[in-house]
Amino acid sequence: MKRIGVFVCHCGVNIASTVDVEKVAKEMEKYPGVVYADHYEYMCSDPGQNLIKEKIKEKRLDAVVVAACSPSMHEETFRNVCKEHFNQYQCEIANIREQCSWTVLDKKEGTEKAIKIVESMVEKIKENEDFEPIEVPLEKKCLVIGGGIAGIQAALDVADAGYKVILVEKEPSIGGRMAQLSETFPTLDCSQCILTPKMVAVSRHPNVELLTYSEVKEIEGYVGNFHVKILKKPRYVDEEKCNLCGECEKECPVIVPNKFEMDKKPRKAIYIPFPQAVPATYTLDMEACLGLAPLRCSNCADVCEVEAIDYDMKEEIIEEDVGAIIIATGYDLYPKEMIVEYGMDDDVINGLEFERMLSATGPTNGEIIKPSNGKIPKKVVFVQCAGSRDALHNDYCSKICCMYTAKHALLYKHHVPDGEAYVFYIDIRAGGKGYEEFIARVREEERVNYIRGKVSKMFRDGDKIVVWGVDTLTGEKVEIEADLVVLAMAIVEKEGVRNVAQMLKVAVDKDGFFKEAHPKLRPVEALTKGIYLAGAAQAPKDIPEAVAQASGAAAKVVAMFSKDKIEKEPLVAVVDEEHCSGCKTCISVCPYGAMYFDGNVAKCREVLCEGCGTCAAACPSNNIEMRNLQDEQIKKMIEVILR
Amino acid sequence: MSFEPKIVAFLCNWCSYAGADLAGVSRLKYPPNVVPIRVMCSGRVDPEFILHALKKGADGVLIGGCHPGDCHYVSGNYRTRKRVTLMKKLLEEIGINPRRLRLEWISASEGDKFARVMTEFTEEIKKLGPNPYGGKE
Repeated sequence: MKRIGVFVCHCGVNIASTVDVEKVAKEMEKYPGVVYADHYEYMCSDPGQNLIKEKIKEKRLDAVVVAACSPSMHEETFRNVCKEHFNQYQCEIANIREQCSWTVLDKKEGTEKAIKIVESMVEKIKENEDFEPIEVPLEKKCLVIGGGIAGIQAALDVADAGYKVILVEKEPSIGGRMAQLSETFPTLDCSQCILTPKMVAVSRHPNVELLTYSEVKEIEGYVGNFHVKILKKPRYVDEEKCNLCGECEKECPVIVPNKFEMDKKPRKAIYIPFPQAVPATYTLDMEACLGLAPLRCSNCADVCEVEAIDYDMKEEIIEEDVGAIIIATGYDLYPKEMIVEYGMDDDVINGLEFERMLSATGPTNGEIIKPSNGKIPKKVVFVQCAGSRDALHNDYCSKICCMYTAKHALLYKHHVPDGEAYVFYIDIRAGGKGYEEFIARVREEERVNYIRGKVSKMFRDGDKIVVWGVDTLTGEKVEIEADLVVLAMAIVEKEGVRNVAQMLKVAVDKDGFFKEAHPKLRPVEALTKGIYLAGAAQAPKDIPEAVAQASGAAAKVVAMFSKDKIEKEPLVAVVDEEHCSGCKTCISVCPYGAMYFDGNVAKCREVLCEGCGTCAAACPSNNIEMRNLQDEQIKKMIEVILR
Repeated sequence: MSFEPKIVAFLCNWCSYAGADLAGVSRLKYPPNVVPIRVMCSGRVDPEFILHALKKGADGVLIGGCHPGDCHYVSGNYRTRKRVTLMKKLLEEIGINPRRLRLEWISASEGDKFARVMTEFTEEIKKLGPNPYGGKE
């Protein structure tokens, strides 16, 4: 019979205010199998941990249940305490905070529920066996999904540490959203000028394999040993041969909108998305191309002196084994069309369209114009929180709009000094180094008019866009006849990102951003081991934050790669071979191919087993057990809960 | 005294258990009648556990898993869905109201849903009254 100790944590008042911790300890001391029970203010503190250590020695305990916060918080802490004395699997956590004390108001009810939870864990631990972690080899190669600034930074950091990286980007060039920006706040650095050196560095890095115009299609496996299938779309132009002479583009007869320019500038079917694109090569968009059948235009191939164009290029599936994955898929803007009261006028544009307008290589060659007539707009209205902080659209704050709108207003005033700029805002959120000062500069020195209030409606009247709003500081209605309106649209999940999430078995939050393992303490990891997050894929964030998170994710990967083996939970399925009838049901339900038939009975490959237990539930003769969560353990837990 | 049902909730580690944690962190209140048992995957829930719970006096059994397509173990929740459908038919056959068994998809970010479902289910079981077979072996 085990000598079990129970340690009940007050967690200050977090547990103690709605659970009578003293009573829980007293009750547990009487419980069969428990030889000692105690309570303490903060079990996770040094004195708390020492209390457990002392009592293990003094009372010769060989199993410990800590009744405290969720196992996701301190399971490791307490297992490490116990590890010095006995096997770590003889330590279990009874979650009486997140799933008990915080969910009740009545102390009597809370206490009763807490006792049931602790009792159920005592019953479980009675049958726990000792195990050592399974060691598995790992592939020291990292997959980075997304080639924006976050993905580039993460790839560079992992590669600089000496490990191989595969950087996959869906578009023909890396660079992402940052490449589309003109200047960056608050320093007004030229965005491309600071980005392109990193783009070049990552493309030339000997440890980085760059796969642009490619998409991850399938991922299998587990931490340290993922198997990835990447679809490389044919660009019909040999990257190595293309010398960017541009003759093909001149001869191509097909004109379509350029996505990089927010569809505001035309491109040919054969194109380079922007001049500094990496890899520096043309791409033939086969959907736009006049095509190969029935008649081939072939103008581009005819003029290509280096014979880079190859119409016979095929899709390629590239298979890779990687040990870790960094998700850096970025963001999209909430579509303007979703806010009908703001209309769908040519002279109402979004922030990224304005960025392109400001860019020297953009649709207007850097001139700010009124799209409907090409004239210089003398009155511009900027609307913040367009689709953010709005119960009808997105509840959350998109975080960067206050800053980039201020930047937009400033750049407008620099371009059109006699123009008037108005900014509608709910609040100004300028938390960041030098941000508040930048806002002050824009409001005071650049003489931009800030109006606190929302815009209710905008509509066309002749040449003008009439903007209706309310100034909530004066309580007066505001009407502005604007030439141009720039909407700071909400930042939303990247299109197609939920497929990535499903493929990786990683959770997304209610807004479609990747969910971190812990919102405060593990913000760069996904809950699934071996998968890390960087950039706006996790939540709206600005460039320095995206870069910092990318470096953080890379550091996690490098730390993992610094070891030669990784430890895997040994709590896998075990087949009772003596009684196995060989029906193979378990083999058919196992999602990992861990169960196999040896010609006689079913067996489990421990390395592949992830411990889900689907086989144990499916086995018709109950001959599969999950280590430390056996049928009998669960049944005992059920019984004490229902007592 | 009013009837206070006993409810066992099997929660998968990756979605529903984390959702339950989030409900707590967000200080959302729900009836204390529901006591959780953590399993790695909802697919671990052997139909035998459901019957065992009902036999031992549970007035309701809840299984919480990841949303379809989101299962941490690829397809465990689909197995659960099939098993629960079958179990509900079986319960009806043996005279137990199948509404005493409930399957819910609750993700790690749905703390509010967790609290809501627990409240709803407790209310529903209260209306159904005590499990007539509970505690009679």
